[in-house]
Amino acid sequence: MLRRSRAGTALAGQPPAPAGGRGARRLLVPGVLYLGVFFVLPVGTLLATSLYAPVPGGELGQYTPALRWQNYPEALGAFWPQLVRSFAFAGAATVVALVVGYPMAYVIAVRARGRRTLQGLLVVLVVAPFFTSFILRTIAWKQILADGGAVVGALRWLHVLPPDGRVSATSAAVVVGLTYSFLPFMVLPLFAALERLDPRLLEAGADLYAAPATTFRRVTLPLSMPGVVAGTLLTFIPAVGDYVNSSLLGNSTTTVMIGQVVDARFFRLLDYPTAAVLSVVLMVTILVLVTAYVRRAGTEDLV
Amino acid sequence: MTAVGTDDPTVERATAAGAALEIEGVSRRFGDFLAVDDLTLAVASGTFFALLGPSGCGKTTTLRMVAGLERPSAGTVRLAGQDVTGVPAHRRPVNTVFQSYALFPHLDVLENVAFGLRRRRTRDVRARALEALELVELAHLADRRPAQLSGGQQQRVALARAVVNRPALLLLDEPLGALDLKLRRRMQLELKRIQAEVGITFVHVTHDQEEAMTMADTVAVMNRGRIEQVGAPADLYEHPRTAFVANFLGQSNLVPGTVVEVLDGGRVLGVDVAGTRLRVPAARSVAAGPRVLVGVRPEKIRLVGADEQVGTAHDVLRGGTVVDTSFTGVSTQYQVDVGALGTVGVFAQNAGGTPVHPPGTPVALAWDPDFAFALDGDEEPAAGTVDLDDEP
Repeated sequence: MLRRSRAGTALAGQPPAPAGGRGARRLLVPGVLYLGVFFVLPVGTLLATSLYAPVPGGELGQYTPALRWQNYPEALGAFWPQLVRSFAFAGAATVVALVVGYPMAYVIAVRARGRRTLQGLLVVLVVAPFFTSFILRTIAWKQILADGGAVVGALRWLHVLPPDGRVSATSAAVVVGLTYSFLPFMVLPLFAALERLDPRLLEAGADLYAAPATTFRRVTLPLSMPGVVAGTLLTFIPAVGDYVNSSLLGNSTTTVMIGQVVDARFFRLLDYPTAAVLSVVLMVTILVLVTAYVRRAGTEDLV
Repeated sequence: MTAVGTDDPTVERATAAGAALEIEGVSRRFGDFLAVDDLTLAVASGTFFALLGPSGCGKTTTLRMVAGLERPSAGTVRLAGQDVTGVPAHRRPVNTVFQSYALFPHLDVLENVAFGLRRRRTRDVRARALEALELVELAHLADRRPAQLSGGQQQRVALARAVVNRPALLLLDEPLGALDLKLRRRMQLELKRIQAEVGITFVHVTHDQEEAMTMADTVAVMNRGRIEQVGAPADLYEHPRTAFVANFLGQSNLVPGTVVEVLDGGRVLGVDVAGTRLRVPAARSVAAGPRVLVGVRPEKIRLVGADEQVGTAHDVLRGGTVVDTSFTGVSTQYQVDVGALGTVGVFAQNAGGTPVHPPGTPVALAWDPDFAFALDGDEEPAAGTVDLDDEP
């Protein structure tokens, strides 16, 4: 009796729950099962693997379940430069993608507004790279940035690069590749946010003495923050763990990212605990950074 | 200009009575469509000016050109004597209350009001914004978001956000359009009070003739990108110069006729209207030739018995039949069929003692010829009548 009356009061202050709660819950079953089997279970296994100990006197790749906490300081001590570099490269690529992607999204969402065909065409162009293979596109970038290529030639001619300077196998090449790979993930959420922008607010800004740049900073940008946050996250998170760009466009010493290390440890050296440790650290660090970022951006009350 | 008590702190800071606005030969073309056609207009400083016209007449485009949000295709806009035609919106001492309010959804009410002050790096931003919110009686909602306010409250925030900057000119683009009738009437009086209090020049765009007449000192009636007539509300109502003004401002009965004689030493025109001789004061005729449209406002007409004798001081149109009677409380509105002349509207004030004539009653129409007016006979008698399908 008591419980029922409490439930009644709680409901009174809230919007009514949608009808058919049980049916809706049943619809969740496939999703929950899927996540349980393919996400929760593997993460548990990963955590366990990160604490495995080598079998004494065993062969390469033979480990036994243990709680070997030293795995963590050992792995971090050996691979912290690659870890830091991953975040730096991903951060740089995210910033470049935002700077390049924002005007693209703005043109598609605001300038092309009302012209459905043009808008559709531009969105297709943004997504078009996905129609070809990820690996092929990255190899193409290798060609574009090659020593004898037009890009390097032009940069040398402009004296941006010294006469013997090169782009391929540098950090810049990796960041360029990362930016290119994840640019659509930046542009699409920004487009979605800017499409809802009411141009009358920009007129109100101008009417209230704000120069175009100020109107952008005080009105357009704050109103598109949900898109900025979504876009930067969708770019940054996959970029941190990416290893295709760094292995194809970088070299083996100064541009190695953590994904390459995990790949090498796991598949070639069969060092499963270290690969697992690095994966766990990567996951936790991203989680912490993203939480702090979303809090800071303060987009809760915008949506 | 506006008489206000000097002990009011908001007034002391007001820029002296706002600035005069002059629009000279301004046109605005959108492709093939001429929205504003060689428009010339002067608004005296410190006045409440209304730009009245049906939707699509170019009044909002005119306002936007004054605000700097639209560039004229030709012509000059001058503010306080200075040419501002090429000055961008953010450098004009002009603020607008937009039809959609256009409040910034990501800022609270106080920051919305403070927006203009912050851009101009004014001192005491908070205090001044709060003061403006008090003017519209919303200071207690300063920390709300616009989405949490009602339509009427948003409208007042939009007003405070514009007034707080003490612009030389305040533009109002149908700001009351989205409010319900009762609230609209209240806000009309409120706006008038605020204008008197701050002394800024107000230019108000509306398609509601009652709103324009209630609020403005001067009304310009606009039609198809041009000004039809400018004047004080009473002046426009009593002395319309075009059929459009006669019909758009209140109602008019316009019937075609021919001037056949000049009476009383040139002061009165004798007009033949379908065989009946009517009189129109010469001063109230704007017709160039003998063909005229004779107009009488419905409330100036009295219904009398079909054969009742009326003194020579009045003009009489006989042979009418009441076709519709609507009792509205303060008055009874009749539609009277007068044969070849069509239907004439009559408002009889419900002062008591006057009988209500049911449809079918044969009547005669009588009025004091001093209230009759004559327009150019080439005009379309139905111009400016409200077409129900056209109104938004």
